[in-house]
Amino acid sequence: MTLPVGVPAIEAVDVSRTYQLDGVSVPALRGVSFTIDSGEYVAVVGPSGSRKSTLMHLLGGLDRPTDGRLVIGGRDVATLSAPELATLRNETIGFVFQAFHLLPRTSAVDNVALPLVYRGIGARQRRDRAAATLGRVGLGHRLHHRPSQLSGGEQQRVAIARALVTDPAVLLADEPTGNLDSATGEAVLELLERLNAESGVALVMVTHDQEVAARARRQIAVRDGRVRSDAIHDRPLSGAVGRPATLDGAPSAEPRSVSGSGPGHPSGGSGGAAGATGRLSRPPSGRTAEGVGGDEPQAGGGS
Amino acid sequence: MRLAEAWRVALDALRANRMRSALTMLGVIIGVASVVLLVAIGTGTKQKVEQQVEGLGSNLLLVVPGKLDVGTAPVVSPLTLKDVDAVSRVVGDPGRVAVTIASGATARAGARSDFTTVQGVLETTPTVFTRSLARGRYLTGADVDTSRRVAVLGASVARALFPDRDPLGQQIALAGVRFRVIGVFTPLGQSLGVDRDDEVHIPVTAAQRLWGTQRVDGIAVKAPDRERIDQLGDRIVAELSRRHPDTEFSAVTQQQILGVLGDILGVLTGVLAAIAGISLLVGGVGVSNIMLVSVRERTREIGLRKAVGARPRDIGVQFLLEAVLLTSIGGLTGMGLGVGTALLVDTVSPIPAAITWWSLALAFGVSAAVGIVFGVVPAQRAGRLDPVVALRAE
Repeated sequence: MTLPVGVPAIEAVDVSRTYQLDGVSVPALRGVSFTIDSGEYVAVVGPSGSRKSTLMHLLGGLDRPTDGRLVIGGRDVATLSAPELATLRNETIGFVFQAFHLLPRTSAVDNVALPLVYRGIGARQRRDRAAATLGRVGLGHRLHHRPSQLSGGEQQRVAIARALVTDPAVLLADEPTGNLDSATGEAVLELLERLNAESGVALVMVTHDQEVAARARRQIAVRDGRVRSDAIHDRPLSGAVGRPATLDGAPSAEPRSVSGSGPGHPSGGSGGAAGATGRLSRPPSGRTAEGVGGDEPQAGGGS
Repeated sequence: MRLAEAWRVALDALRANRMRSALTMLGVIIGVASVVLLVAIGTGTKQKVEQQVEGLGSNLLLVVPGKLDVGTAPVVSPLTLKDVDAVSRVVGDPGRVAVTIASGATARAGARSDFTTVQGVLETTPTVFTRSLARGRYLTGADVDTSRRVAVLGASVARALFPDRDPLGQQIALAGVRFRVIGVFTPLGQSLGVDRDDEVHIPVTAAQRLWGTQRVDGIAVKAPDRERIDQLGDRIVAELSRRHPDTEFSAVTQQQILGVLGDILGVLTGVLAAIAGISLLVGGVGVSNIMLVSVRERTREIGLRKAVGARPRDIGVQFLLEAVLLTSIGGLTGMGLGVGTALLVDTVSPIPAAITWWSLALAFGVSAAVGIVFGVVPAQRAGRLDPVVALRAE
């Protein structure tokens, strides 16, 4: 799904989420604001318990904020009914989970085709598109294998193909390498980065791993349900091992307005600016070429 | 497209748990089979009884004192043979009028005895009631006029008293009085558990003398045509009421008897079906239970499907179809089993069973409805699952 120019992929304004547990209000997210533009590569990073999962569920339209304004793909989730929200997820979001979440008794191609079922696309066309997408992730030769017949890395690539088959505006990856060994994880990350660079799909990666987060051009650090920092790195080094992630706006990062764009702030202001930054800076970036080049071993079969 | 996927997924889910699906279906199978079987037995019994009532003879009009209704106490009859003559005049043909006075009595022949029903009748009985003889002859007008002590035996009585001899010409004793056997009826079989061959016919005059009475219990008339049967009944009742102003009389036709019997048997069939329906209900509860298990087992799958765009309804329909599929397959199997058992019962046992299309349609419809009713709650639960919670489930 290609969003109209100027429409951010995701726009959160003072978003809060409070859970009711046995009658007690437990605040999970407290006033989170940021904008993610189409084609951006953003890491949402934070330790466990930082509520980054809650944030991911909100960004993916799986949950709704209790307060604040959340606009996904140009649509305010507060105005959407449950079926409309489902359609929004189908059209705008592609999920990649830590645990893959593939249907065990279903072949790779049918797993990938699943989102198209709920779009009402015919069986033949579903299979064709799913097969083509599996080709893009380098699994064109594994169409009819079941998840149990695939390695962990292959399973996650099937899951990525499933996320991608609907041509979404945002790829939401929740600890995509969490269940993989480091070499396989590296390959999966490179694949995600290549897809982000190639197709202009925004990549939002939720992780607790600073090393993984450091690969993203922009890092949003979450702690205790608040955005601690939101920084764009001019030249993030692909696979820069051992490089400490910068929190709280370290010198190498360009600080973005975080707490400044609080409630009541016109969304056009910071959103527009961020959008310009994201859109303009990405394509000429040297990192993109590097990312694709470094992906050679796995990407051979890619379209 | 979505519906096709829902069918495919539902079938796949049943296949994935063959044993569980089969056991769940078994509940429905037993329920539907017992509904089909018991309705078939009820229907078969009803059909057989109707055949027998119609086999009594066509255009039959029964005239009895009192009201003919279920649960009405019998009335002592004020009727005598003079009334029978009056009825004959109304009908215009004495050959169409039969009477009965009946009582239980022990029939003896040598050392053997048999407790049976002795009927005092006119010579017209075989014409009015369409009875035929296996051996010998029936009573004649002369036998009745002269109170001759002759008897015609039902097949069972003949077998009981003369198992190894020809009964014709033999003597039997009824209440200590000797009668000569002149004929044996063709067997009729059983009706509603009553042996219709367990009877002895003697002239009504002889019977009245035997029991020291002038009364007759009831009059039967074979109407000349079906159209005016009710009119004839009214005229007979009017004549009898004129002669016996204190007594109420009723004239009932076979149709009315069939109606009353049909009502009784209909209620019986309904009760049987309801009892069988309880087992179908229990089967339905089993379906509901297994569907809840299925929803719980596949919580993560539900979460994933929702994440990739399934609407609550898509999920609900998927699970509802799974339940309906369970009960429909179970229903069809149960129908086959029920029909097979009914045919077997009808063939090898004396219990009649008749398959009707409506009972099959009903059984299948009910089983599918059970699927919907008992699938709705689990399906709704699945449809409403919070995707965030569902995805986290282990």
